[in-house]
Amino acid sequence: MKKPVLSVEDLRVAISGNPVVDGVSFSVAESEIVSLVGESGCGKSMTAFSVMGLLPPVASITGGSIRLDERQINGLNAKALKSLRGNDMSMVFQEPVASLNPLMPVGRQIAESLLVHRKLGRREAQRQAIAMLEEVGIPEPALRARQYPFELSGGMCQRVMIAMALITRPRLVIADEPTTALDVTIQAQILELMKRLRTETGTAILLITHDMGVVADIADRVAVMYAGRIVEDGAVDDIFREQKHPYTRMLLSTIPRLDGSDAKSFLPTIKGMVPDIGQWPEGCRFSTRCPLVDEECRRMPPLAPSGPGRDAACWHQDLIGGLA
Amino acid sequence: MSDNLLRIRDLKVHFPIRQSSFGDTSGLLKAVDGVDLEIERGESVALVGESGSGKSTLGAAVVGMQKPTSGHIVFDGNEYGNGRANARRRMRDIQIVFQDPVSALNPRMDVGESIAEPLAIHGVGSREDRRHRVSELLELVGLNPQHADRKPNMFSGGQRQRIVIARAIALQPKLLVLDEPVSALDVSIRSQILNLLLELQQRFGLSYLFISHDLSVVRHFADRVAVMYLGRLAETGRTADVFSNPAHPYTEALLSAVPLPDPKAQRTRQRVILQGDLPSPANPPSGCRFSTRCPIAEPICRETSPSLLPVRPMQQAACHLRVPALPI
Repeated sequence: MKKPVLSVEDLRVAISGNPVVDGVSFSVAESEIVSLVGESGCGKSMTAFSVMGLLPPVASITGGSIRLDERQINGLNAKALKSLRGNDMSMVFQEPVASLNPLMPVGRQIAESLLVHRKLGRREAQRQAIAMLEEVGIPEPALRARQYPFELSGGMCQRVMIAMALITRPRLVIADEPTTALDVTIQAQILELMKRLRTETGTAILLITHDMGVVADIADRVAVMYAGRIVEDGAVDDIFREQKHPYTRMLLSTIPRLDGSDAKSFLPTIKGMVPDIGQWPEGCRFSTRCPLVDEECRRMPPLAPSGPGRDAACWHQDLIGGLA
Repeated sequence: MSDNLLRIRDLKVHFPIRQSSFGDTSGLLKAVDGVDLEIERGESVALVGESGSGKSTLGAAVVGMQKPTSGHIVFDGNEYGNGRANARRRMRDIQIVFQDPVSALNPRMDVGESIAEPLAIHGVGSREDRRHRVSELLELVGLNPQHADRKPNMFSGGQRQRIVIARAIALQPKLLVLDEPVSALDVSIRSQILNLLLELQQRFGLSYLFISHDLSVVRHFADRVAVMYLGRLAETGRTADVFSNPAHPYTEALLSAVPLPDPKAQRTRQRVILQGDLPSPANPPSGCRFSTRCPIAEPICRETSPSLLPVRPMQQAACHLRVPALPI
């Protein structure tokens, strides 16, 4: 097994005393795409922000460790983190247009991390930025580099974001819903680009998404989060073939399928909704919505091995096959 | 065929493009540029396409929020722009639900008031009747009638969308325009709202114009689908037919761009990945509008614009190569 680029151990994050991430562990290896999936409020973005050292002021890490290439990075001071961000690790956000500086030509935005981290001259940085734009598939890169974000389409702005994230050849890229704001045709282009670049550059990618189609398309491994915890993880093929947690099972069955047959039939649903932060139930957090719930679920099930490369946190794994 | 609730003929919605601060118009943005569409009673028709294809503008024209530049819309036997009485009836009979339930509700109004507002505007019943109707509607969309006096911020996104739907059906409309009604919702909530819409349709015989970019949802929800590209229809037909046998190369590309939630199938699938972005609707390509991105385009495609022609019963596509016009 390859050495992990990112390894997160027992991460805990709280917002004004209420836990939002509650003991999360996972790792991402070189050239690997690991996907964190879950609905809003499950803690996946907070996990990502913890790694980047970009938690909002109200939130703080209360426990655990985050290692980048075996070096612990949580607890580093602001200056040390700054020298990592945009250099060894970078982030691609959901809203490409809102995340770019509207008043700066995109070429200069891409070149910025070279100026800051690599102390390159302006001309050389600009040359590399243009080469990077070409690498992410933007036609006429020299012309585009001089343009402002408003002159580019959403898909092109997302390519610019990816170029920015990759220009320093970082060890880790965190992509937070990178294609959610894009049309499917553009999404397909961006996903192809991410697949190509991770093989070419060896960058480890942590992909945060709620779209199971995107996961199936590009992830190698998946961790499913619910209410601050990982409830199941494993290789992408295994997770889609057989689920070991009722939440994963039900999440997959509620999605309408392009290749489905039962048009206009009622979809299976998960009753209720994700509990709010601070309102998590005792024991298994999914117990309030789970059809398999019983007395045992009042105790929190640990995330324990369940087959090769698989973990799941459910007392009733043997019954999941019987769910719709 | 005779049971059309809505019939759209050669509808055009053009916007002047102002370029100088003096308001000179320098061109036209042809958001909708010659669309024909029918919706039968009790039918769901989906309008799909990328952003900028004109699908929301078409929806707005159907609701009467956008005045068409030309063309005809006939609703329930009456043509638009044909007397005030008709317009008023249409305002009751056609309602719209938007994507974002948060901005669709007035944060300062109790949700009960919001739901009762269309009833009050149209002078339906007494205050007491309306209160009663609000309870009935809340129950119908799966919410607790006792919560009518709460403000929207007390509800989750999914619940707010239920409130918006309750308001939209308050006047017992015949047609709902649903503009991306589940796109802003979480996955597990999405299926709950889709089920609610299906249930309401079965119960009240509602027709839906369902505007969406999510083809998996469309596959599940709609009887018929119309694929829009730069203001024109590229293909229409029964959803099952169009999805299993797309005739237009654009439909093919759209369908193959959707990643399947099945890693094995996804890896082995033949995919058409389109290059580039949607061209600007202010300056659409000549001939077939898809020709600049089409993987099979030939010279004729850049010269003349193809018309929608039958591919098989109930399915039409506008493509010179796939559906050649018969020589006259």
